[in-house]
Amino acid sequence: MDKVLQMNNIMKIYPNGVVAVEDVTFELEKGEIHALLGENGAGKSTLMKILFGIEYPEQGQIILNGVETKMKSSQDAIKKGIGMVHQHFMLVPSLTVAENIVLGVEPKNNAFIDMQKAIEISKNLSDKYNFDIDVTLRVQELPVGIKQKVEILKALYRGADILILDEPTAVLTPQETEELFVQLNKLKADGHTIIFISHKLDEIKAICDRATVMRNGKSKGTYNVDDISTSEMSRLMVGRDVVLTFDKKPLNLKQTVLKVRNLSVAGSTGIKRVDDISFDLKEGEILGIAGVEGNGQSHLIDALTGLTKKFIGEINIFDEDVKKHSIKEIRELGLAHIPEDRMTLGCAKNMNILDNMFSNQYDRPEFSGKFMLKTKKIEQRANELIKEYLVKCKSFKQNVGMLSGGNIQKVVVAREFSTNPKIIIANQPTRGIDVGAASFIRQRIIEYRDAGCAIILISADLNEVFELSDRLAVMYKGKFSGVFNDVKNLTEEELGKYMLGIKKDDRLEGIMYEQ
Amino acid sequence: MNSNTKFNILRTALSIGIALLISFVIIFLTSKEPVTAIVQLLTGPLQSARRFGNVIEAMIPLIFTGVGVSIMFSANQINLAGEGSFHIGGLVATFLALKLSLPQGISPIVLILAAGLVGSLVTAVPAILKIKTNSNVLVSSLMMNYLVLYFCNYILSYFIKDPTAGSVVSYAVPETAQLMKIIGGTRIHIGLILAFAVAFFGYVFLYKTKIGYELRITGENEEFAKYSGINVMKITLISSLLGGFLIGAGGGVELLGMYTRFSWTSLLGYGWDAIIITTLAKKNPLYVPLAAFFLAYLRTGASIMSRSTDVVTEIVTITQGLIILFIVAEQFLSKFRHNMIAKEAKATLTSEKEVK
Repeated sequence: MDKVLQMNNIMKIYPNGVVAVEDVTFELEKGEIHALLGENGAGKSTLMKILFGIEYPEQGQIILNGVETKMKSSQDAIKKGIGMVHQHFMLVPSLTVAENIVLGVEPKNNAFIDMQKAIEISKNLSDKYNFDIDVTLRVQELPVGIKQKVEILKALYRGADILILDEPTAVLTPQETEELFVQLNKLKADGHTIIFISHKLDEIKAICDRATVMRNGKSKGTYNVDDISTSEMSRLMVGRDVVLTFDKKPLNLKQTVLKVRNLSVAGSTGIKRVDDISFDLKEGEILGIAGVEGNGQSHLIDALTGLTKKFIGEINIFDEDVKKHSIKEIRELGLAHIPEDRMTLGCAKNMNILDNMFSNQYDRPEFSGKFMLKTKKIEQRANELIKEYLVKCKSFKQNVGMLSGGNIQKVVVAREFSTNPKIIIANQPTRGIDVGAASFIRQRIIEYRDAGCAIILISADLNEVFELSDRLAVMYKGKFSGVFNDVKNLTEEELGKYMLGIKKDDRLEGIMYEQ
Repeated sequence: MNSNTKFNILRTALSIGIALLISFVIIFLTSKEPVTAIVQLLTGPLQSARRFGNVIEAMIPLIFTGVGVSIMFSANQINLAGEGSFHIGGLVATFLALKLSLPQGISPIVLILAAGLVGSLVTAVPAILKIKTNSNVLVSSLMMNYLVLYFCNYILSYFIKDPTAGSVVSYAVPETAQLMKIIGGTRIHIGLILAFAVAFFGYVFLYKTKIGYELRITGENEEFAKYSGINVMKITLISSLLGGFLIGAGGGVELLGMYTRFSWTSLLGYGWDAIIITTLAKKNPLYVPLAAFFLAYLRTGASIMSRSTDVVTEIVTITQGLIILFIVAEQFLSKFRHNMIAKEAKATLTSEKEVK
């Protein structure tokens, strides 16, 4: 088999110091459908962005058809025969299908666009692959499945030999998915090579020849799809790199501090992202929530922390109705929140460490009077926190954006934990940070649990949820698909099945809450 | 001083340097006496006390508007109604000076405060529209300026115009209302001291008070502010009110210090100048006087240059434009910075591997 593409030892470091892709090698053979498998944040999008000329690697080489090359821009990548179909379509809704297909490389009749020819070209292209699209319709009138086909045709018209499909089935109905697969096979027969980004294992089984699994910015190897089972794939995708162990005091449950009953949260499109969830949280326990990203975890957190009030059902913190309180009041009840995305929610990157450490507590009497901040006290406390949380920096005057990901996260954790919280909501507290910082933060979480804090831990890192959680719930499609009180005897394979919806549990009452 | 501040100072100095160089090249290309022109531009303001006085006089309104805009921009309120606030501040001071007869000493204080209050209403309108209707502050504040301008023209023409004067100007402001000159041989007035006080107040407000802290957080990352429990709407309103107040007061000070009659029938551009100053001062009121001095010096120099040579004053508009371009161009020198960060990240990776 010919290798059409080799990406060797690719490394990408983002400006904030996050190593998104570390020494990854990825190869494509001509005429295959190759799955790129991994969780969100595993680095697969970054790798594809590098291939498509949107991001530039710090290190590594790209060899296309045997020739080393550099992708200078997406135009350059298109010229070299690479096409990408993004998850969010890049189409002009008010233009027709034909106009969208030729946009930017229109057939010309002197100075004018030759519309007749554009329609002809588009129609031929559509017929050739049995796409069966009326190319004179406006894109805004088309259903999602057809829009996706238009995207594929657009790439083909530009001469794509290698087609990158970013989670193509995420937006499709099962029927549309089936249809897409027929057409992908046709493209494959025609000599096109397809990269299929997904985390849906059955689809990969159904259509792909080989699969490369990514986790944590690293490649976990490339496999023939026929030679690997779905459970093996899920283990590679979500499994543990090293087994960590932490010392925890025996479980000492006290008062219930958080009560959630029949909670439903709608997403921006109106679809229920959290679907009728109920649970209790007690002092002294860590409730782990595992699950593939996008199964409602973020919406659940938004509701618990007061970031959104658009929910149905009840959330009570110390018997106070969360819906009736502002974020400030909820925080004053004793809630701390380590947000999932530290750069958008967790810090102001152009402000210094000190400014980032007190945004939730500057108006406490020890740090300010009626109007003025007590600068001396704040500076002294900032220095203490930097020391206590081992933040590597020159001084508290350094901008947070200049720190590494792990140190930024330590600033966030220092800020949230230093208010003596009663409830901590830790959403992906160690994502994308170095091992040292991660284990430091985990240690801190356990210390707070031992001291009687109630903690919810959401994490895509199985190591973390396994080792830290006293109870473990799995979220799948907005519901808890499984709950485990005995985390120690749970295997990764078993958990993976719940995470990917292969197994489901319906009897959650009594385990998650008392009537 | 940390590396970030150093980097910013280096970038600002380099931006100014390159912009001046390009301007010099243009002078060389277009002028018959380029050397004289450049010498006049750079040293003209230092040649007499009166000329240097011109620099200082021109600084005063720039400090007021610069601090006002710095406060609004710090909250990420890109509110351009400062132009209108300044204008109406001048009008309000004149109008009340003519209609009320207040005793000397108290009169300017009352007039300036009133000018500030009305000025704050002007900048508050776009902010309230933003809160209530989510309209774009940039657009509504720009439009606000024209509303204010024509309203002021109306008041001037129908209520306070002096019919005996040759042009459209108000009656003369009584002397009890005018600001005291403080340095003989120049027109430098007591507004200079007020301006410095305003800059200091602005600094203390933004960097030492609770509201200032909330305001800066909101400006840097609104999502982070909300997540932290800060009332973002309150901050939007306060920043606009306070910014407009200072700018409006600046309009009053400028009128009572430098004019005897209200004669502004078109917008003066102080609102725009304030944006240049805010950019140069990195939104820190403490640096605003420095930036205002630089701009005032450049303009005074340009005006001297145009009087004594064949180069027109507009050349410094090019200089200003270039400076702003370089400073706001985030990518300028960013590669240098990125390489620095990537190097550090790689170093930590290798050291971790060694530990394993």
